[in-house]
Amino acid sequence: MAATLPPPRLLPSGDSAVTVEFSRTIDDDANQRVLALDKALAASPIEGITETVPTYRSLLVHYDPGKIGFDALGEKLLPIAIQPPPPVTKARRWRIPVAYGGEHGIDLEDVARALNTTPDDIVARHAGGDYKVAMIGFTPGWSYLSGLDKSLHMSRRQSPRLLTPAGTISIGGVQAGIQCLAAPSGWHLLGRTPVRTYQLHRNPTFLTEPGDRVTFFAIDHKAFEELDRAAEAGEIIAEQVLA
Amino acid sequence: MSRLVVAGIGPASSVQDGGRHGAQRYGLTVSGAMDRLSLAAANALVGNEPFAAAVEIGPFGAAFTARDGAVRVAISGAPRNADVAGNPVAMDTSLTLKDGETLTLGFARGGAFTYLAIEGAIKGEAVFGSLAVNARAGLGSPYPRPLQAGDEFSVDAASGAGELRIELPKPPSGPIRVVLGPQDDEFDDANKALFLDSEWKISATSDRMGYRLEGPAIKHLHGHNIVSDGTVNGSIQVPGNGAPIALMMDRGTSGGYPKIATVITADVGRLAQTSAGTAFRFRAVGMAEAQDEARKFAQLIRNLPDRLRSADSVALNIEALSDANVAGYAVSAVDAGTWQVTAEP
Repeated sequence: MAATLPPPRLLPSGDSAVTVEFSRTIDDDANQRVLALDKALAASPIEGITETVPTYRSLLVHYDPGKIGFDALGEKLLPIAIQPPPPVTKARRWRIPVAYGGEHGIDLEDVARALNTTPDDIVARHAGGDYKVAMIGFTPGWSYLSGLDKSLHMSRRQSPRLLTPAGTISIGGVQAGIQCLAAPSGWHLLGRTPVRTYQLHRNPTFLTEPGDRVTFFAIDHKAFEELDRAAEAGEIIAEQVLA
Repeated sequence: MSRLVVAGIGPASSVQDGGRHGAQRYGLTVSGAMDRLSLAAANALVGNEPFAAAVEIGPFGAAFTARDGAVRVAISGAPRNADVAGNPVAMDTSLTLKDGETLTLGFARGGAFTYLAIEGAIKGEAVFGSLAVNARAGLGSPYPRPLQAGDEFSVDAASGAGELRIELPKPPSGPIRVVLGPQDDEFDDANKALFLDSEWKISATSDRMGYRLEGPAIKHLHGHNIVSDGTVNGSIQVPGNGAPIALMMDRGTSGGYPKIATVITADVGRLAQTSAGTAFRFRAVGMAEAQDEARKFAQLIRNLPDRLRSADSVALNIEALSDANVAGYAVSAVDAGTWQVTAEP
């Protein structure tokens, strides 16, 4: 239960930011509290806070030291941070199409071999998962998902790839991810989605928010091409379900 | 409208401003000028807002030509030899380029980044309030990439205002100041002392994303993997090989290595301007001092217009300008192919 977690630590991150750390490990209760604090600050802003960045286990709070000092901010943050998070009543849910394997998921067969099973089984386990967007980071729209099936936990690649394609759907360690832009990655590439979690001139620019739920479904490579064209034209092709 | 044409430019030069704020939660990097004080000084000289978009010129040379009318510009930041048609131009002054005139800047002599501000500022399409180039995300305006010879800016015609110089305070020369944390408890006292007591150099492989530091290897207490959390400008993370990396303006918004310390806001620009190979040290300061310095730094930037003087009120110190070679057009010693001066297309 979230209430059993120790009180958060306030870690100075230079003179203009503070990390409110709820846990040192990936922990869904801690993440729930991160998102709850983030939401509470959005609903009742504290003068001087300029930007917040939720992560798996901490909330990075950027602020203007010309408006509020470290100690005064901490005194305002802590009482909100120790509140037990309200139960999640509704979250947006996205159904994300994925073309698994082949050129789109070049590690699928290796992952299946490493886990002593078939590519189809890996796809079933990955697409059968119920994920939460725990954080977004690294590059625009890269959604870090919690909820990866335990049987799919495996260490990252020995040597990261210098460039993996936009739309890559991958797993690494205990995490799953939706990568929007081409980027270096040490994760295992299972497939590719035509969905853009970030698209500059689209409204909204960013599709996913921390706290959103995500499920995947398999599409064939022909459907990928069609959806990819629609997405390129600015259509939001992910299906949104209000849970 | 006039035009300012990039007649030649080295690598690592791009349009930058105060950065892109408000979307770090979506993984969107802040970017913006590596040395905010120099950007603000250049802008003050031509009457712009402190963090208006300007050209950030990397360590190599550059040349700019006015077309279709006069263009008023100013340079501040890493010192360089500069001239217009062989006539030396001082740093920290404004000047008006007549139609067809070219301002030529040599290599940085100490420091790395020089800012060329243009009266009326660079115009373009802002994303999250910023024109700053973030090449990885394909963002920035008018060119979402490093500048190349032949690029041009549509700019306001020169107003004809009198030329100005700005008297900047001498930058502090002591160690780069840091606040320990957020993960200094991932290091024992001996390794924190090693970080604070050692001499460091910035590796030549550094860029706008991060400055790699050469010095002793810093050892972690519990290994080098932490669960990714947020980063700030000036975060100093220590990866597995023990060689710290200071995260700069194009940093990722999150990272998975322990961060031993954070450079204070007032010193991030000084670190950015430290040349590769120059030895320097860090010094830990308390939060109260760091925040006091941050407030003074913000005030210095706000009050830059008070430091403007008429350029006519002093004679140009030609001797000081010519005590190093006026390099003019030059070839990069690192990669001759990267530095080309081309005629305007």
